[in-house]
Amino acid sequence: MSTRLATPGRLIDTSQPMSFSFNGKKLRGYRGDTLASALLANDQMLMGRSFKYHRPRGVVASGAEEPNALVNLGREGRFEPNQRVTTTELFDGLEATSQNHWPSLEFDVGAINARLSRFLPAGFYYKMFMYPRSFWKHVYEPIIRHSAGLGKAPKERDVDTYEHFHAFCDVLVVGGGVAGLQAALTAGKAGARVILLEQTDHWGGRAPVDGGVVDGASVDNFVDETLKALQSMDNVQLRLRTMGAGVYDHGYALGYERLTDHAPGSAGPRHRLWRIRAAQIITATGAIERPLSFAGNDIPGVMLASAVRDYVVNYGVSVGDRTVVVTNNDNAYLTAIALKNSGLSVPVILDARVLPDDRGLVAQAKALGIRVMMGHGVSSVKGGKRVTGVAICSQAGEGAVLEEIACDAVAMSGGWSPVVHLWSHCGGKLRWDTTHACFSPDVDNPPKGADGMGFVTPAGAASGMFALDDVLHDAHAAAEGVITCLDMKLPKEVTSPVAERREESPMAPVWMMPHGASAKLRAKSWLDYQNDVKVSDVRLAAQEGFVSVEHAKRYTTLGMATDQGKLSNINGLATLAGALDQDIPSVGTTTFRPPYHPISLGAIGGEARAEIFQPLRRTPLHDWHEANGAVFEPVGQWRRPYAFTRGSESTHDAVMREVTNTREKLGLLDASTLGKIIVKGPDAGKFLDMMYTNMMSTLKPGKCRYGLMCSENGFLIDDGVVARIDEDTWLCHTTTGGAERIHAHMEEWLQTEWWDWQVYVANVTEQYAQIAVVGPNARQALERLGGMDVSKEALGFMDWADGTLGGFNCRVYRISFSGELSYEIAVDASHGQAFWDALMAVGADLGAMPYGTECLHILRAEKGFIMIGDETDGTVIPQDLGLNWAISKKKDDFIGKRAQERSHMTDPNRWKLVGLETLDGSTLPDGAYAVGEGTNENGQRNMIGRVTSTYHSPTLGRGIAMGLVHNGPDRMGEVLSFPGTDGKTYEAKIVDPVFYDKEGEKQNV
Amino acid sequence: MLTIHCPNCGVTAEETEFHAHGEAHLKRFGPGSSEDDFESYLFMRKNPKGVHFERWHHRYGCGKWFHVARCTMTLEVFGSYTGQTSVPPQQIIDTIQDRRPDWVPAQDQA
Repeated sequence: MSTRLATPGRLIDTSQPMSFSFNGKKLRGYRGDTLASALLANDQMLMGRSFKYHRPRGVVASGAEEPNALVNLGREGRFEPNQRVTTTELFDGLEATSQNHWPSLEFDVGAINARLSRFLPAGFYYKMFMYPRSFWKHVYEPIIRHSAGLGKAPKERDVDTYEHFHAFCDVLVVGGGVAGLQAALTAGKAGARVILLEQTDHWGGRAPVDGGVVDGASVDNFVDETLKALQSMDNVQLRLRTMGAGVYDHGYALGYERLTDHAPGSAGPRHRLWRIRAAQIITATGAIERPLSFAGNDIPGVMLASAVRDYVVNYGVSVGDRTVVVTNNDNAYLTAIALKNSGLSVPVILDARVLPDDRGLVAQAKALGIRVMMGHGVSSVKGGKRVTGVAICSQAGEGAVLEEIACDAVAMSGGWSPVVHLWSHCGGKLRWDTTHACFSPDVDNPPKGADGMGFVTPAGAASGMFALDDVLHDAHAAAEGVITCLDMKLPKEVTSPVAERREESPMAPVWMMPHGASAKLRAKSWLDYQNDVKVSDVRLAAQEGFVSVEHAKRYTTLGMATDQGKLSNINGLATLAGALDQDIPSVGTTTFRPPYHPISLGAIGGEARAEIFQPLRRTPLHDWHEANGAVFEPVGQWRRPYAFTRGSESTHDAVMREVTNTREKLGLLDASTLGKIIVKGPDAGKFLDMMYTNMMSTLKPGKCRYGLMCSENGFLIDDGVVARIDEDTWLCHTTTGGAERIHAHMEEWLQTEWWDWQVYVANVTEQYAQIAVVGPNARQALERLGGMDVSKEALGFMDWADGTLGGFNCRVYRISFSGELSYEIAVDASHGQAFWDALMAVGADLGAMPYGTECLHILRAEKGFIMIGDETDGTVIPQDLGLNWAISKKKDDFIGKRAQERSHMTDPNRWKLVGLETLDGSTLPDGAYAVGEGTNENGQRNMIGRVTSTYHSPTLGRGIAMGLVHNGPDRMGEVLSFPGTDGKTYEAKIVDPVFYDKEGEKQNV
Repeated sequence: MLTIHCPNCGVTAEETEFHAHGEAHLKRFGPGSSEDDFESYLFMRKNPKGVHFERWHHRYGCGKWFHVARCTMTLEVFGSYTGQTSVPPQQIIDTIQDRRPDWVPAQDQA
C-alpha cells in the first residue's frame, strides 16, 4: 500500500495538517502536499478511469505531464473539471471527485469496453460507426456521448476574477530549476532585466531530489544561495506558480500565474495571464521521464521512477512497500537507492542493458544489497486495480517468464526527453540525440525574431544536458550567449559554478519490453494512458498506411489527450518508426503548439467580461432614455432605445403607439449615433465624387443630398445624407454602425491611392447630439422655441441652415427618413440634454413623444426606404434596390463603378427590391424565402426571393414587407409562397415598395 | 504576435495595435480596364513563401497607413516605409538583398 513515511518530505510542513475529501471520503494531508501526494499518503492509488476503456488508473507522474489522475475540483461557482492532482496544491477543505466513471470509481460499467478492446482498435470510430447510416444519429452518437469525455462542464457562473499583466524584459527565463536559476543569475549579473518563471510553488526543480554537490556544497545549498542572490537584484523579477505557457512571434511569451488556486476565496484574481515581450528567452524547462512499453504498464502502482522518487523525497510518501525498478538507464537507480535509504524494499532492479562493468549508481545500488538483473525486463505486470507483482523476462526475448516477483509498485524509466515545447512553439527545430535517445533543440535553427536572429536559447536538461555539471555550465553559457546578443557585457569575475560529476554508464534505447514482445503483450502495452493508445494500435495504424506521424496521431488519437502526449509522444513515434522500419528522426515529431499545459479560459479572458467585455457607447441622452422606459438594443457598440414603454405597456404596443403618434403629431428621435464625417479641402469635391455613386461636387452649399457608397467590389456598403457646408467642406452622414468603418475607408483611399489630393477627413460623430423632430407638428414646435426661420420658404426640403433655436446654437437639416415633415437638429453634444428637454417642454401639448429604433424602421419601411444591413448583405448592389437614380452617369469613375460593369452585376436575372403584401394582412416572417417551381440538385425547392424587412404597420393596419425577388419589379401583382419555420406557408403579393404617401407630399410641406 | 514599426509616428509596438491589409503596391484598375486586369487588381494576391510587401495600418495609434517588407517564413521584418509610394524604396531593397542574396525584386524579374 502507499503511505506516509516517518521521515518527513523536504516540501512538507507536518506542523500544518490539512483535511480534504476525495469522493466524499475525509482524508488528511499537510501543507506542501500536492493532491497527488496527499491521496497516495492515504493509500488512494486508484484516481481515475481512462478515456476509452475505462481502465482503472492511478497517478503515474508527479508533475504537469500526468496523464491519468484528473479530478473534478471544488463546487458550484468554483467547480472545475480535469484538474491534475499532481499540479494541484493541497489546501484545507479541498474537495475532489473522480471523473469518467459510472456508477463509481471502484466499479465502472464502461470498463466492459476493455473486454471489447479487440473490437475497438485504432480508428474504430471510422470503422465501426459508418453503417448503417441512420444508426449514427440515434444509436452510436448518444452512446458515445454518454460514455466518452472526461469531466463535466461547470454549470454555474465562475465566481473568481482574472487579469492580464503586460511585462517587458531583456531576458525571460522559463523554469526555476537549477538551470533556470543559474541562467537568471548570470543574465542578472550582466545587468539585464530578467523575469524568471517557475510553474510549481518551489524553486530548484528536481535537482535537490536527485542530489549532487555544487561548488563543494549540496545542491540544496546552491539553490538557496542562488535564490538569495537573485532576490537581492532589483533587475530580476521572480514568479512562482507561473508557468511559461507559450512562446510566440518576436519574443512574445505567455505566463500563466495561479494566484489563489492553493487558497480559494482569498482576495484578488485567481489567475493572471502575463503577456511578456522579451528580447531574449531562455527555456530552462527541464526534461520529462519516459515510461517503458511493457504489458500492464498502466496498472495503478506502475509509475515513473522519478515520480516514485519525488513522492519519497519531497513528500515523505511511499507508493509501495515493495517496489520493482525497471530501467534502461542509470538515473532510475536513484529511485532504488532513495527507497532503500527510506527503509523500503526494492526486490529487484530490472535493467534492460547489459553493461560491461558496475560503476556509479549501479555499483552504489549493488553495494546497498539491491539485486540487479542486467539484460532483463518486465514481461507483464500482475494485478487489476493495483500492482501485485511482475513477471520477469529477458529483454532480448519474446517475453517467456523466468520468474515472478510479488510487489505493490513498479518504478519505470525509459530515459528522459527534454521539454522542447517552448523552443518549438515558434519554429525552433529539433535534432535527434542518439546518446540519450531523445529529441533536443537544434541550437543552429532557433525561432527567429524581427531582426532575423534567434531569440530562444535552451538551457540545462531542456537542451539535452542531463548531468548536473553539464546543466549548470550549459545554463551559464546560454545566459552568456543571450547577453552577447543584447550587446551587454558580463563582468569577468562571473563564472559558472562547478558540480561534481557522477560516473555514468550510457543508457540504451528501449522502445518495447521485451524487444520481441508478442502480439498479446503488445496489446497490453500502453503508450498514451489517457486516450488508451497501445503499441498494437500504432502498429495497426502503420500497417493500414498511416505512415505520416501527423496522420498516425489523429488516427490513433495518440498524444491528443489533455496531457498532449507529454509522456507518450516519443515512445509512440519510436513505435511507429519501428513498425515502418525507419529511423526515428526521419519519422519526425508532431507539432508542438501552445499552451504547454492547459490554461484557464478565465485567464485568457482576463478582465474582459460582463459589462466591461467591450466598451459601450452611450449618447448624450442615454440617462434620459434610461429614466423614461427605454428598452435598449445594441447597434454596433451603441445602445439605442428600441422603444419607450409606458407603465405596463408591452414593447410592441409602445412601438405601435410611437408610429401612430409620429405620423399624426410629433415624434422625437435621438439620432446622435448617426455617423458624421467632415470632408474638407480643395480636392474634397473630387474625392467625394469617387467615394459616392452620386455626384457630390455639384451640390450647392446649404443643400443636402442622399448618397450611396459602394466597395471597390461594387457592393453597397453605406448610405446617408451629405450636406455641403461651404466651398471646400462637406459633412457626410453615415449609418450608426458605419461611422468608424466609413471614416477608415475614406482614410485608406486618401492615404494609399490619392495621397496627393488635398483633403482632410475627420470623424465628428460624438461632437454632436442630433435630434430628429418628426411629424405634422414639428415646425410648430420649433417655432415655439423661437430663433431661426424654419418655414418651407426659408428652409425647404433637403436644405440645411445654421442658426439658433430656443437660444441653442444649432444646425438644422430638413431631411426625412420617415416621410413626415422632419428636421434633424444637431447641437453641441454637451447641450444635447438641455435641447431635448426644451423640445419636450414646448412639444408637450403638441403630442411630443420620444420614439425608438423599431418605430424608425416601420416609418422608413412604410416609405420604402432601404436600410443598410437589412436590404443589403454585402452581395447587393444599388441597382438591385432600384437606386439607379442615385448612381451618376456623368462620372468617369467612382469606387465600385468598374465592378458594377461585370457581367454578373448586369445580369437581368438578379434578385431585385419589391414590396410584399400578405393576402391576409399578417406579417411575413423575417428572412423567409419564396419558393418557386422545381427543385435544385440537392432536392431542395428552388428559391426565387427572400424577405429583407418585415413589420406590422399600424398606419396601414396590416403587415408590410420588402424583399429581393427574381425579376421582382416585372412581376407586380404576382403572389409568392413563403414557407415559414412555424410550419405555415405565407402568401404575399408583389407590390411597389412605397406603401405610404407615394407622392411624398407629407414630407414636403 | 509580431512587433511592427510605424514609420510615421516612430513607434515600435505590438501587432494588435496595427492591422495588416495584404499585398502592397497594387495598381488600381478602374472603368475601361480589361476583365483580366480588373480581376487581377481586385482578387489576385501574391502569397509568397519568403519576402513579401504588405500594407499595414496603425489602427490604434496615429491612424496612418504604411508598408512593411517581411519574410512570411521566418517572420523577419526587413523594414517599414511610407504608404505613399508605389514601389519599395531602394534602402529596403538593399536590406533584403543583403539578408536574402538570392532574392530578386519583382520589377527586375524576367
